[in-house]
Amino acid sequence: MINLVYNEMLKIVRKKRLFIIAAIVAVLVSLFTYAQFKQIETIRERIGTTDWRTQLQQQIIDTQNRLNSTGISEEWKKFLKIRLQQQQYYLDNDINPMAPGAPTFMRMFIENSIELFLPLLVMVIAADLVSSEASGGTIKLLLTRPVKRWKVLMSKYIAMILSTSFIVFSVALLSYAISGIVFGYGGWNLPLLTGFSIQGEELNTAAAHLIPQWKYLLIEFGLAFFVSLVVGTLTFMLSVLLRSTAAVMGIMLAALISGAILSNMVSSWESAKYLFMVNLRLTSYISGMAPPIDGMTLSFSMTVLAIWALGALIVSFYVFTKRDVY
Amino acid sequence: MEETLVVQNVRKTIGKKEIIKGLSFSLKKGEVFGFLGPNGAGKTTTIRMLVGLIRPTSGTISICGYDLQKQFTKAIQHIGCIVENPELYPYLSGWENLEHFARMVPGVTMHRIQEVVELVGLQNRIHDLVRTYSLGMRQRLGIAQALLGKPTVLILDEPTNGLDPVGIREMRQFIRSLAEQEQLSVLVSSHLLSEIQLMCDRVAIMSKGEIIRIDTVEHLLQEQARTYWNVVPINTAKEILTNETTVIGEKDGAIVTIYESNETIARCNARLIEAGIYVSGIERKLPTLEDLFIELTGGETID
Repeated sequence: MINLVYNEMLKIVRKKRLFIIAAIVAVLVSLFTYAQFKQIETIRERIGTTDWRTQLQQQIIDTQNRLNSTGISEEWKKFLKIRLQQQQYYLDNDINPMAPGAPTFMRMFIENSIELFLPLLVMVIAADLVSSEASGGTIKLLLTRPVKRWKVLMSKYIAMILSTSFIVFSVALLSYAISGIVFGYGGWNLPLLTGFSIQGEELNTAAAHLIPQWKYLLIEFGLAFFVSLVVGTLTFMLSVLLRSTAAVMGIMLAALISGAILSNMVSSWESAKYLFMVNLRLTSYISGMAPPIDGMTLSFSMTVLAIWALGALIVSFYVFTKRDVY
Repeated sequence: MEETLVVQNVRKTIGKKEIIKGLSFSLKKGEVFGFLGPNGAGKTTTIRMLVGLIRPTSGTISICGYDLQKQFTKAIQHIGCIVENPELYPYLSGWENLEHFARMVPGVTMHRIQEVVELVGLQNRIHDLVRTYSLGMRQRLGIAQALLGKPTVLILDEPTNGLDPVGIREMRQFIRSLAEQEQLSVLVSSHLLSEIQLMCDRVAIMSKGEIIRIDTVEHLLQEQARTYWNVVPINTAKEILTNETTVIGEKDGAIVTIYESNETIARCNARLIEAGIYVSGIERKLPTLEDLFIELTGGETID
């Protein structure tokens, strides 16, 4: 089995796919770093470099005033208290929340790439894993070795998982290394607010709390890895079913983009929540953004994605082991 | 003689259409077995079934005593094959391609890879990318990968396709030597009779998913060889020839008779000349595949 996986990895590496992906990530990260840098500069010009401390102090006083005022609910009070803690931390540790360093950039980058960019990268690898062997005719050589078919496919699937890990890892590494040049490498312990969720009109703060940024990042990258695996598995299935890599990419691309569009307009079409593509924004649950459809939670989305992936895996293996190869 | 590959009553139905209609044949050790038929006769489908790419609807295929369906890995271990074109990874070198396939077969050493490379004569270019290979070199690399696991049965689908005349001759000699010296059973498919004739010991003729006939090449050709007589006047000559041998008919202004032996030709020629007939040409012609076909399928004979 190790030999088979080695073969598959060799083919991926020699096709220079991983290298191209790393290069794309590097270029995009540089681009976003520059954009972010410009944005911060404009904000700085507006507020003034030394002014952010006074501004923060003003915010803290505002929050305290609201806490002391009567007529606000217990829940809201709790939320404000946590908010206060966070703002106090920034002030005590001399951190400008507007320009907070590479880990914050990483967080922003992964939150924005989990839905489309990361799945696209994974798709580039997974799309031609099987279909290129079929269209190149090499599948005939592969399947006439003394190796059972499911083992051949399993080695390819493992190679897909390894490549996906590499992609997520290189996104993390490159976004940290490149943005750090501009923003500095500190900020791992920045406290971040999580655990609250929006249900209908209400903000549910029952479980809200602060966690250090490194933990937050770990969770988000974990979720991004999970999403990438699911998208990879679905692409893998299409790659087994179709001979043409272009067709695989086309279908996956259509699905992913339609997911991004649907997320913005399906709030009244409730059963759309069972589609995998509207469930990809797992990081929104951590940062507390409203889900596209009411009643969607982190565990719900993860279950839906897991079921889709499992189904895809079963179809892939069934078809691959039973199919006549022409 | 020992039988290495035994095929019994193999059928394949796709949808409602039966495309392979009950094939039975077997390969012996050290022989080259030809599979002859026009495009679409079912040669490639049959070969794909023999190497496990397509599952037969019914019937059994056994290789060195192992059933291909039930003991796939054991059975396939004894087979080396090229199905259609030798498609290898163009972005790897020849050597890397061989290594790649060697990793999938237990017990293939570096030494063995070196051995097959020398056997097919690719030493000089083996570390170049396959992308830069000519078709002939790819064909050789294809054979090298087929030989890696020391197979007992070698299956080659149209092995001389796309080769130049020198390449075709080399390939032919190479295949013969594999059978004679290494005692491999080699199954070769082709739609060219001349090729099969020069290379094979026995041949199976396929048409529309059936084997019409299995026989040794000599037998088949002798039966079907023809003599063409360019003579004037044609009618008197025909009478004389009818007395001496079997006349089949006329084609392109020549009388066609069955070829029996060179002695018969000489005798007939003497009779014709005695009768004052003008003989401008006598030609022995081997049947084209088309002719052979038409006759074997019971169609019209040439005239």
